[in-house]
Amino acid sequence: MSGFPEVAVVGFGQSPQVRETTGTTNGVEMLVPVFQRLLADTGLSRREVGFWCSGSSDYLAGRAFSFVTAVDAIGALPPIAESHVEGDAAWALYEAWLKIRMGEADTALVYGFGKSSAGDLRRVLALQLDPYLVAPLWPDSVSIAALQARVGIEAGLWSEKEMAEVAARSRADGATNPHAQLREPLDPAGLLDTPYLADPLRAHDCAPITDGAAAIVLAAGHRAAELCERPAWITGLEHRVDSPVLGARDLGRAPSAGAAAAAAGTDGVQVAELATPFTSQELLLRRELGLADDVAVNPSGGPLCGNPMFAGGLVRIGEAAARVMSGQAGKVLAHASNGPLLQQNLICVMEGR
Amino acid sequence: MVAAEAPLSAPLEVGFDYTRSLGPVLSRFVTALRDRRVEGVRGSDGRVHVPPVEYDPVTGQPLSEPVEVGTEGTVVTWSWMADPLEGQPLAHPFAWALVRLDGADTALLHAVDAGSTAAMRTGMRVRIRWAEQTVGHIRDIACFEPVDAASPEVPAVARPEATAEPVTMITTPVHLHYRHSASLEESRYLRGLAEGRLLGQRCPECAKVYIPPRGACPTDGVPTREEVELADTGTVTTFCIVNVPFLGQRITPPYVSAYVLLDGADIPLMHLVLGCAADEVRMGMRVKAQWRPREEWDTTLRNIDHFRPTGEPDAPFESYAEYL
Repeated sequence: MSGFPEVAVVGFGQSPQVRETTGTTNGVEMLVPVFQRLLADTGLSRREVGFWCSGSSDYLAGRAFSFVTAVDAIGALPPIAESHVEGDAAWALYEAWLKIRMGEADTALVYGFGKSSAGDLRRVLALQLDPYLVAPLWPDSVSIAALQARVGIEAGLWSEKEMAEVAARSRADGATNPHAQLREPLDPAGLLDTPYLADPLRAHDCAPITDGAAAIVLAAGHRAAELCERPAWITGLEHRVDSPVLGARDLGRAPSAGAAAAAAGTDGVQVAELATPFTSQELLLRRELGLADDVAVNPSGGPLCGNPMFAGGLVRIGEAAARVMSGQAGKVLAHASNGPLLQQNLICVMEGR
Repeated sequence: MVAAEAPLSAPLEVGFDYTRSLGPVLSRFVTALRDRRVEGVRGSDGRVHVPPVEYDPVTGQPLSEPVEVGTEGTVVTWSWMADPLEGQPLAHPFAWALVRLDGADTALLHAVDAGSTAAMRTGMRVRIRWAEQTVGHIRDIACFEPVDAASPEVPAVARPEATAEPVTMITTPVHLHYRHSASLEESRYLRGLAEGRLLGQRCPECAKVYIPPRGACPTDGVPTREEVELADTGTVTTFCIVNVPFLGQRITPPYVSAYVLLDGADIPLMHLVLGCAADEVRMGMRVKAQWRPREEWDTTLRNIDHFRPTGEPDAPFESYAEYL
C-alpha cells in the first residue's frame, strides 16, 4: 500500500454516557462540547478540518434525516466536505480513513451519537432484522442475544459463571472511567443468584441503555505529528460481514470478526476494546480473534458500563487509541459491530512509534 | 444568558403499514404458509433453507427449487421472554427459539408457547400452531407449541384451490413510540409563543439572530445565547403559490406559502400569507402576524394563524437580498 499516506488517530473525545439526556435526538447538545474540547486538545481549527463524517440512526430519533441537524454543531459555513453513515460511527471512521488514504483530505473529524432513551431500544433494534420474515415478529435485541448466549453455554464455549466474571471485571474497570454510565462494583459471588432478564441472560450480562456521543480526529502522516505528540497509527482497518439469517449461522461464532482481525494483523496487541454489549459476546469474540490471555480486554469498562448506540464502536476505537496516545500501550485493537449478534465486524489495529 | 428551564418534550408516535412486494422465493414461501404448509428452498449444496433465502449464501447463485418440509421440528436454541413486548407473537410469557423444521437444514426464528422455562429445552420437539386466519405472512405461524402438549392436533386444512392466486405482497404494521425533546433554545422560543412573544437568539460569534433559536449556530457551531424579542412584522423574501391539493390541507388552493423575514431577524420563518389574492403577494411585501384568539394559544407557531399585508410600501430588495 505504499504511496498512500499513513493515517493516525490524533484526538478522541466523548460525552458523558448517561441513561437519559435532556438534549435532542439530533445530538447537538452532546456534540458541541465534545467538538470544542477535541479541537482545543489537538489545536486544530474547525475550518481546517478536511472532512467530516458521522454515524447515527434515524430509527433512534424516530424521524427522517435526523443527522442533518447535527451538522449545525459543526458550523457548516463556508461549505464543508461532509458525509454520514446510517450505522456505527466506526464505519464513518472507515470512510474518513479512505478519504485521507486517497489524498482527498489530510485531516478528518469523525463523530457518532445516539439518544437511545427517546424510544424503546429493544423494539427499535428489532427493525434491523430481515423485514420480511423476522422483524414482523419483533424479536427484541436482548432476546436474540440470549439465543446466542445459550448456544455457547450448551456447546461448552462459555459458562454463566464466566459471563458473570466478565460483568464484574468490566464494572471494576468502569469505575476508573469518568465517562462511564455504570461505575458501581458488582460482587461476582452473588451474580448467579440474581434473576434472569432473558434466560440465560441476567441484567449484568447486558449493556445498559445509554445516551452518548463521541468524536475522533484522524490525520495523515505529515499532519499527525503536528497535532499529537504520540499519534495512534492505524496499521490495519478491516471489516467483514456474516449472513443476516440468524438460523443459518453458527451463533457460537462470528467468522467475519476473525477474518477482519486476520486481515488487520493483530499480533502483539496489548489492549483490545470490544463492542460487545453482552458478556457472552465478549467471550465469543475473544476466541474468534484469538486474543492471548494477557491482552487487556475493555479496560475502559467497555459497553457493559455504557453503550451509546451508533457511537459505541467509535468509542472503542477512541479508548484504544487513547492508550497509545498516553503511552500506556504500544499496540492496541478496537472492534466495532453493526447488525444483530456480531453479524458485521470491524477491526482497527493501532500502534505508537 | 437565558435561564435554563427543562426542555419541552412530547410523545412522538411513528406508525406505518409497510407493504413489501415479494420476489419469487418469498412469494412461494408465504403462499405456502397461507395454505398451512412450509416450503423451503434448496441451496447450491443441497441443503434446504427454511426460512428460504433468495441467493445461496456460499455461491451467490439465485435459488429456486422449492422443498416442502415438515410443520414439526426441533429447538436449536431458545431464550425466555418473561414480559412480552408490543407486537411480539404472544402476550403471555413465551420462549423465543430457533426451530429446525423436519427436512430443513437451517432454523426459523419464532415463539414457542411452552408455559414456563421448565418446559423448554434444546432438542425438544415442537410443531406449528397456525393462526386462525392465514393470509400469506410469517405471522400465519401464530407460534410453535411443544409436540407433547395437550392441545389438540390442528387438522390439516384443505389444500389450496388450483385457482388460488399466489401472495405477492406482505403488509407489516410498524408502530414505534418516542418522546421527542425540543432543545433548550427551541423550548424558550415555544414558551414565548404561548405568551404571544417571538423570541429569537443571537449567535455570540457572528451576531446573527435566529428564530427559532438553535443549539448551535450553523455557521459557527456554537449555541445561541442572547435572547432577542422580535416584532411580529416582517418582509416576504420569497414565496410560492400552492395549487396542488394534498391530504390534511386546511386551506383551499390557491394560497401562498412564504418566507417571512421578521424585523430584526437574520433568518426567515415559513408561514402562510393570506388576506389578499394569491397573485398579489410579491417579494418585499410587508406583512404582520395575524394571531389566533389568545385562549387558543399553546407552545406552537400555530398561534399565528397567518401573516397578512400591512399596506406599507414594499421593502427595497437590498434590505432582504442577503436572506434569499
